[in-house]
Amino acid sequence: MSKHRQWIVLSLLLLLLGGLIFTYKVMWLGFPALPNVTSKAWTVQVRLEIQPEDGPVRVELKLPSRPRGYTVRNEIFISRGFGLTLDEETFRRQADWAIRELHETRTLYYRVTVIPETRQRRLASRPAKPQAPQLEEPFGTALKDVVARAREESADLESFTASILYRLNNAAGDENIKLFLSEIEDRSELVQLAQTFLSEAGIPNQQIHGVMLQNKIQRAAVRTLLAVYDGDDWLLFDPMTGRQGLPDGFMIWWRGDEHLAMVTGARLQDVQISIKQSFESALDLAFDRVELKNSRIGKISILQLPVQTQSVYEVLLLVPFGILVIVFLRNFVGLNSFGTFAPVLIALAFRETELLKGILLFILIVSLGLFFRFYLERLRLLLVPRLAAVVTIVVLLMTTISIISNQLGAETGLSISLFPMVIIAMVIERMSIVWEERGALTSIREGFGSLMMAALAFLVMSLDILAYWVTVFPEINLIILGIIVASGRYTGFRITELIRFRQLAGGRE
Amino acid sequence: MNFPGQAMRLKRSGVLGLNCRNGDYIMKFNRRCFYPLVDDKVLCKERLQEQGLAVPDLIGIVRWMRQAAQIDELLKGSREFVIKPAHGSGGDGILLITDRKSGYFVDSDGGLVQQADLEHHLTNVIGGLYSLGGQPDVAMIESLVHFDPVFSDLTYHGVPDIRVIVYQGFPVMAMARLPTRKSHGKANLHQGAIGVGIDLCSGITVGGVSGNDLVSEHPDTGSAIAGLRIPHWSRIVSMSARCYEAVGLGYLGVDIVLDRDLGPLILELNARPGLNIQIANRRGLCERLDAVDQLGMPNMTHEKRVEWACKTFGEHESDLLTLPSAPLDLN
Repeated sequence: MSKHRQWIVLSLLLLLLGGLIFTYKVMWLGFPALPNVTSKAWTVQVRLEIQPEDGPVRVELKLPSRPRGYTVRNEIFISRGFGLTLDEETFRRQADWAIRELHETRTLYYRVTVIPETRQRRLASRPAKPQAPQLEEPFGTALKDVVARAREESADLESFTASILYRLNNAAGDENIKLFLSEIEDRSELVQLAQTFLSEAGIPNQQIHGVMLQNKIQRAAVRTLLAVYDGDDWLLFDPMTGRQGLPDGFMIWWRGDEHLAMVTGARLQDVQISIKQSFESALDLAFDRVELKNSRIGKISILQLPVQTQSVYEVLLLVPFGILVIVFLRNFVGLNSFGTFAPVLIALAFRETELLKGILLFILIVSLGLFFRFYLERLRLLLVPRLAAVVTIVVLLMTTISIISNQLGAETGLSISLFPMVIIAMVIERMSIVWEERGALTSIREGFGSLMMAALAFLVMSLDILAYWVTVFPEINLIILGIIVASGRYTGFRITELIRFRQLAGGRE
Repeated sequence: MNFPGQAMRLKRSGVLGLNCRNGDYIMKFNRRCFYPLVDDKVLCKERLQEQGLAVPDLIGIVRWMRQAAQIDELLKGSREFVIKPAHGSGGDGILLITDRKSGYFVDSDGGLVQQADLEHHLTNVIGGLYSLGGQPDVAMIESLVHFDPVFSDLTYHGVPDIRVIVYQGFPVMAMARLPTRKSHGKANLHQGAIGVGIDLCSGITVGGVSGNDLVSEHPDTGSAIAGLRIPHWSRIVSMSARCYEAVGLGYLGVDIVLDRDLGPLILELNARPGLNIQIANRRGLCERLDAVDQLGMPNMTHEKRVEWACKTFGEHESDLLTLPSAPLDLN
């Protein structure tokens, strides 16, 4: 790599790195790119009422596991007296409550917050090929007949499943189907029936149970979907309508033939699922996701620091933006200021004083300081003591202004204490030298120029969006660094030079 | 103003901008380790003297505050001298004393300066008021140049000087800097002096610039600026070219004064010479710098380099002398 091109690579790397971390946090961890965004979330609660019978009691409750489109967090189990163990598998999570003796009716609660998520997860694990069901006659023949007819009328697995479900739901005129329907008591058993047909056709299938997430549901019904495996992915069907796909707002809870709750040694009096919508700060949710995923990159944020340190870093992380403004004004526009980055430090003081009052206070203190500085010049003090004297005078001036303004009841005067006094003293010193060497006009013009640069740096640094970004995405400063590195190799004209060299613009002679 | 269009026009004219000067020339060809040789005027003077290049005589160096009070001892009766901060830049902190009258010093404006004022100025210099970054400095006292009368009609007090840009040892552009009332006798363009373009081969002036504006006559004396033939020109160009060997900087500004009796003297060298020389000469530097680059860093003696530069960058003398303003050749 040639030395002259390294800056491009470095700059691009920095931009890329900063951009990637930013994108990762926004896209995968769900950090809101803009401040004050709230996300929809749901609080789902399961209430189990247990009536004692004899002996030890065991309660099994299926827990939401890898619901597609959602993440679960803040799981709370309320189960006084019961021992709780969690049984965690990838696609099967379960809570096991147990108690040796139960004397009275007891209520168990499980509460969880469900957050929407963009990531697409697999629906369930890869299945084995199902065994063909062995049925008595006349069911065996009817089964084969239905499957054969459905095969004839379908092109692929999708249309085959749809065809089976259609037949089950519109049985009129089909004696075979009527035979099967006469055997079931509940329409909910329709799903099992459909599974029988699919298994006969050699199609892997399973039940998927879940709830529709809707606001203020006291008693949510568990809905069951039929999932079939096409050799690559699971396809979902609504067994009642035959509609394919995961319905909007459907949260997958558990898979398989089992029930939501199973109780041994007692009677399950009631199972109640209630759902409530809540709005949570998208940022909080993102941090919860970070915790869940244990993402190291997600933890790069100053919000993890103690609060008092946070505010310091928020300011520090904003400084590069101010610096970038100065780089732009100096190397692209071509302005000069007293002290390279003095305007940025003055701009930081403006954060506390507000812009207009800050400018007025700055002018006041610099002009008073200049006045005393000219007096000191006449005393012929040596350089360092004179500078020290100017700093001291600046401090005294600041105190005086604060005291006077406090007595007048003006609060702004107090914030003057945040001005960087050494920087101001240096500005006064430089201004007075320029004043003597190049005249008062030049001096005042340059001083005013520095003030304007500070004001511009302040305006940039006070953008709310930047304050939010540096707090949540400190990596944004990598991007700034990349821009600064790149601008360090800008060898084109500065805007002021276009004016300065205008006589030469007409071409040669 | 149409900025992109203007930038294109300037680029076509070969104008060198500050960013380009810093990034593509100074950073590339001026090695940091050679900077002290030009930034410290005392070191620079010693180095140039070693190389046999003519410089104004050094009267003395004031290094400590205590010496400032004993300035008389150091001066050894010199009536006229110049005080310079060794690390000064942009002409700041230079004090010209042209005479002494009954305990007072006379400065270039004809004003009277008390001994105490002089001492205060010296302590300011030593304290680092005029040096980069405010580091402690030393004050250099050197003999005052009695400038050649060639510029007497074009100067308001002070000493006019000649700036030659030397790139890789080749003189590429030259101008004269004429003090004005506004510049308080100082030859610095930032402070209001006039820059006058000079033909590199013949040493004939072509036209002037004040600030960023073109001027044809001196604002204080009213004399025409163009068409003046500068004496000892070939020596001036040759001395400039030799500075390359003396300090090893690839992009260099050489400041030369014409002394009535001693001829051209090198006043100081500059590792970051300004760009107004382009306005004074009404042409950009890029074309000439590129021409030198195309030679591919040949190992040429300074005579050969000057010869090449004169041939490549010089204009026809007849063209220069038929300019509207009357030639003012005092040689």
